[in-house]
Amino acid sequence: MISFIRSKKTAVAVVGLAAVSLALTGCAGGSSGGSSSAASGTYTFWDPYPQFDDSSDWAKLVQACGTEAGVTVERTGYDTSDLTSKALLAGQQGNSPDLLLVDNPVVSTLAEAGLLTDTDETGADTSDIEQNILAAGQIDGATYGVPIGANTLALYYNKTVLDAAGVDPASITDWNTLTSALEKVSASGGKGITFSAIGTEEGSFQFLPWYWGSGAELTDLSSDDAVSALDLWTGWVEDGYAPNSVIGNTQTTSWQEFLTGEYAFGENGTWQLAGVKDSGIDYGIISIPAKDGGAAPAPTGGEFLTVPVQSDDARYDVSEKIRACLTSTDNLVATDTTLSYVAPTKDAQEQQVQADPDLEPWVTAVGDAKGRTSDDLGTEYPKISEQLWKAVQNSLSGSSSAQDALDEAQQAAESATK
Amino acid sequence: MSTDILERREAVPDGRSGGTHVPPAGPGRPRRRRRPDAGQLTAWAFIAPVVLYLAVFYAYPLIRNVDLSVRDYTVRSFIDGTAPFIGFENFTDVFASPTFGPALVNTLLFTGVSIAFQFSIGMALAVFFFQRFPLSSTLRALFLVPWLLPLIVSASTWSWMLNSESGVVNSVIETFGGSQVNWLTSPQWALTSVIVANIWIGIPFNLVILYGGLQNISGDLYEAAALDGANAWQKFWRITFPLLRPVSAITILLGLVYTLKVFDIIWIMTRGGPGDASTTFAIWSYQLGFGSTLPTFGPAAAVGNLLIVMALICGFVYLRVQRKQSRS
Repeated sequence: MISFIRSKKTAVAVVGLAAVSLALTGCAGGSSGGSSSAASGTYTFWDPYPQFDDSSDWAKLVQACGTEAGVTVERTGYDTSDLTSKALLAGQQGNSPDLLLVDNPVVSTLAEAGLLTDTDETGADTSDIEQNILAAGQIDGATYGVPIGANTLALYYNKTVLDAAGVDPASITDWNTLTSALEKVSASGGKGITFSAIGTEEGSFQFLPWYWGSGAELTDLSSDDAVSALDLWTGWVEDGYAPNSVIGNTQTTSWQEFLTGEYAFGENGTWQLAGVKDSGIDYGIISIPAKDGGAAPAPTGGEFLTVPVQSDDARYDVSEKIRACLTSTDNLVATDTTLSYVAPTKDAQEQQVQADPDLEPWVTAVGDAKGRTSDDLGTEYPKISEQLWKAVQNSLSGSSSAQDALDEAQQAAESATK
Repeated sequence: MSTDILERREAVPDGRSGGTHVPPAGPGRPRRRRRPDAGQLTAWAFIAPVVLYLAVFYAYPLIRNVDLSVRDYTVRSFIDGTAPFIGFENFTDVFASPTFGPALVNTLLFTGVSIAFQFSIGMALAVFFFQRFPLSSTLRALFLVPWLLPLIVSASTWSWMLNSESGVVNSVIETFGGSQVNWLTSPQWALTSVIVANIWIGIPFNLVILYGGLQNISGDLYEAAALDGANAWQKFWRITFPLLRPVSAITILLGLVYTLKVFDIIWIMTRGGPGDASTTFAIWSYQLGFGSTLPTFGPAAAVGNLLIVMALICGFVYLRVQRKQSRS
């Protein structure tokens, strides 16, 4: 019996060794075989819309554009935050997808890594795209993608709450009129405004309309204008016009607060339009006012369709055909209606407004909007943005004054971007 | 077959004491020496998968992390694989960062306070449930709930409960005439709130291990103490506590390592904010590496290494304490 066990042990060991060596060779085989991913005739397409399956209009449109270009398109939807690292990893291993749809601030990061072709290389025509939307994908004069749509922020208001306070939304044209409207709402027992000031990119995204609306530039975080913008938000929280929970709010939780029907204003994006229609709230939309009147430039959101660098540059031809198809006016209108985005071209915008007049204020807002990575900030934007959201948090939570918080942020941003 | 079972029976008590004492290194060796070369080969073959596994999944990531922390690793180097060696620049950057001070203090406070409360409450509950009263096992099972829940569920629930505007905690406070406390959004309370949530999550772990330790203490001792007229307090401090010391040491060490690296609870509840008010090293490392669209892996790895060093120090302290105990 003992000898049997012994020989069995040896047998197990041999099997174990064999398994290990198999696993090792398997690994080696896997990494070398990964590079030739797409066979000719099949083009890969990655997007950040995992909510759309193969039966969705979006997936069908992508397929149709592939067929039109004479190839099959293999589409994969990833989670937005996942897509950036997936794209970087794929680039590292040399098997980038043929077409990649990414959130606009990521374009500068991927371009910086040398992963994207510029539009001159593939011969894309971007002449009819609105310049302020396209700018988010431009670095040092080169354009690294074509926007398929844009969204931005505006103020949703609750007519019932405003009526009870005797506020006419049309009277809100600048910061002073907005603050006095909040005061009236507060006095009438309603809640003022909710927004998201969380310590992530979302917080910066929501603060930027006020920041830019004050006349401040991202290159100088501690300017007087910048301080006035942060003082505005801090004042609202201190006076109780904005709830303290804004400091931890994501855009979704802030939206949930607005949907309770108790708040007069909620700062949020185009993508909530469908939700507010279903909610039964008597709502309206105004542009975010700038300090001295007029609409403030809000940051643009939305994705860019990019063509990542391939080892075989003959593929760009077909990729470009697919891209041109997806960004043609008719298809843009269809896509942007599904996503509740605003189209990036004048023609498509007109068609959208004709179909749904509710979109009118959003088209105006997008017209005034500005890319976060514009002004040639490129990859410096993320570093500046991080300091900006920290300053917002420090000031709103009362741990330092707006001036001190922004001074500190400017110092940190300078040393991070030196 | 029968010998096999007998051997295994012997092995059980041996293995159990091995968890609390340094296992005597002697008896294994001479038996092995008798084996011929074939046996040695077999032994190596058996070890090979483990060694390989350790090398690939433990040693390599560690080395890679140290390597990352001394290089200027940008998105560009991610693609073309060139990351210039910059020595300790990432570390000096991290040390010079205004976040370093608060993050260090927060990490120490978070870990220290969490462990102190988790351990003492866990110990109190273990002793309490050891009394065996009707329903005690049901109640004990209920105390395990925090452990069974996915962290995302418990952390989200805590953050709802502690919400400034609509949280149940504030509504209770306001019912009794208090004023709103900004649990998660004020720099004074944010760290306390995440510590409270973490203590709640950590109690069951301490309870289970300490309860297990209690069962190993012989009932005769308590009986003898009772005959000598010891009261409950004396029984705890003279018998339970000293005899639980080895179990306590391992519980606290494991707790330290778990708590140092806590990430999910803080991230879900406060994102390390407001500002840096609840940022620990684990949160900071994540923020540096993955928090913005432009990852900075070098400094993130440097902070990660600091965490590993802190955990190592705890480990060495544990080993020292254990050696002292086995000597006495």
